Amino acid sequence: MGGSDMSGHRVIIIGAGPAGTRAAQTLVRAGLRPIVIDEGRRSGGQIYRRQPDNFTRPYSALYGTEAERARDVHATFDALIPHIDYRADTLVWNVADGHVWASCEGQTQAIPYDALIVCSGATDRLAPVPGWQAAGCYSLGGAQIALKAQGVAVGHRVLFLGTGPLLYLVASQYAKAGADVAAVLDTSALGLRLRAAGKLAAQPDLLWQGLRLTLDLKRRGIPVLTGIRPVEIHGHPHSGVAGITVARGGRTWRFDGDAVAMGWHLRPETQVADLARVPFAFDAATRQWLPVVDDDGRAGNAVYLAGDGARILGARCAEVTGELAAMAALADLGHVADADRRRALLAQKGDYVRFASGLAQAFPWPADMVAQVGDDTIVCRCESVTAATLRASVGAAHAQEANRAKAFSRVGMGRCQGRYCGNAAAEIIAAARAAPIESAGRLRGQAPVKPIPVALRRTDV
Amino acid sequence: MTGRFRRLAETDRPAIRLTVDGAPIDALEGDTLMVAMLTAGDALRDSEFGAGAFEGHAGDGRRAGFCLMAACQDCWVWTAAGDRVRACSTMAQDGMAISTHQPEASWAAVT
Repeated sequence: MGGSDMSGHRVIIIGAGPAGTRAAQTLVRAGLRPIVIDEGRRSGGQIYRRQPDNFTRPYSALYGTEAERARDVHATFDALIPHIDYRADTLVWNVADGHVWASCEGQTQAIPYDALIVCSGATDRLAPVPGWQAAGCYSLGGAQIALKAQGVAVGHRVLFLGTGPLLYLVASQYAKAGADVAAVLDTSALGLRLRAAGKLAAQPDLLWQGLRLTLDLKRRGIPVLTGIRPVEIHGHPHSGVAGITVARGGRTWRFDGDAVAMGWHLRPETQVADLARVPFAFDAATRQWLPVVDDDGRAGNAVYLAGDGARILGARCAEVTGELAAMAALADLGHVADADRRRALLAQKGDYVRFASGLAQAFPWPADMVAQVGDDTIVCRCESVTAATLRASVGAAHAQEANRAKAFSRVGMGRCQGRYCGNAAAEIIAAARAAPIESAGRLRGQAPVKPIPVALRRTDV
Repeated sequence: MTGRFRRLAETDRPAIRLTVDGAPIDALEGDTLMVAMLTAGDALRDSEFGAGAFEGHAGDGRRAGFCLMAACQDCWVWTAAGDRVRACSTMAQDGMAISTHQPEASWAAVT
């Protein structure tokens, strides 16, 4: 039986990325044996995703400037395995009444906890673009995983669309690996980046890295357009993506390509926190509802959040907040806290928070573009529901917030459970009502947080 | 059929062979099902929604996955045993028989 310390405290960590790894390390150092539940087959999470064992590329090729951090996070977790109860390939699909419901290979188990540290990470934040349902459109993070974990490009000529640091990072990684990058198309204007430079300077090497990536792309002769609006992703229902048209001012550009890697920065994966009854509050800077935690990651009811699953502060900061959350859990369980270490970690976190506010300013979510998306545009890729259907549910069915609109239009009800349409649906609902976006509310997390087989055998009773 | 995905590295791995809807495809050991299927072909399945938008098909077009991190569920395919799997997070195995259409009796088979 894992998860307990000498006093019998059971601690569960969900996620084995940088936050989960540092949380586990902190608990093991304090003499605990936490349960670590990982949806992946191996630790690392998404950003430090590992390639299969029979692949041979070195860390420098996979993780670039973050190679040493990736190596350290992996080595730390590998060394922890004998000291933790590691459950790989296991999906947490519900949290209720002080138990985590986890399923693995057709079996499910309700595991009790005294403290729960949720390190659930992030997914790409997507905006609907006409034609984005075509085969060959991928999330930016997905395009990066294809290269990092499998050594493939998502197309033979790849277009990059969206905004945020990942846009430039993945495009540059593709170019370096020998992929044909057709264009990098950023919806944020360059001027915003200059105005945010002061805040971005909170992480000078990350700011410098960003500048270098852009220069590298331009040096390779790849068109980099900023401040554009996507007009349409061209394609065919059978053969998929054929190209894209974008506009700026009165001018349009068309680029050919058979894949679009798209994303507008990231959004936290908050379903598990929601089921654990963590309160949420509206965050005006990122225009979304986020879980409420204190500086250390406490969310109440013995639940702690760390990493990008709480706030998008990046992989480096996830190591900091993972340790902080574990320290908070330990303190609440009666262990003696290291006040100096805590102060140092909080100071580091403060710099990342400042940097993240710079990113939000430099690479904003294109709220107006989303609110004004054409009626024919598909908002829900899962079930091919258009903006017109969503707007009609607001008008005819008086669906004034996201959950009611979901019931009438099915936007958010498909197999991704609102992960890739939820942010956009809120903008469209709010605009249709001419109301502030916070009044559109947020899609409530539902169990199971991901589809699970109908026949799960319960093994804890 | 040309592949949607393009291999850029790690091509020196042992070959494996699986079938997709009965047709053989060649892949490499360590490929996910998605990479195996999309280096050999250009889609994973048909969309079930948006009826009428795509002549001759139930839904509005072919789909080839989206997020590659087991979040969007756009890459569902079925094994010979009738199990639904995510192609992005399932490793391809030599001899696997994959169906891109849901077996009709699958809902009854699991009870």
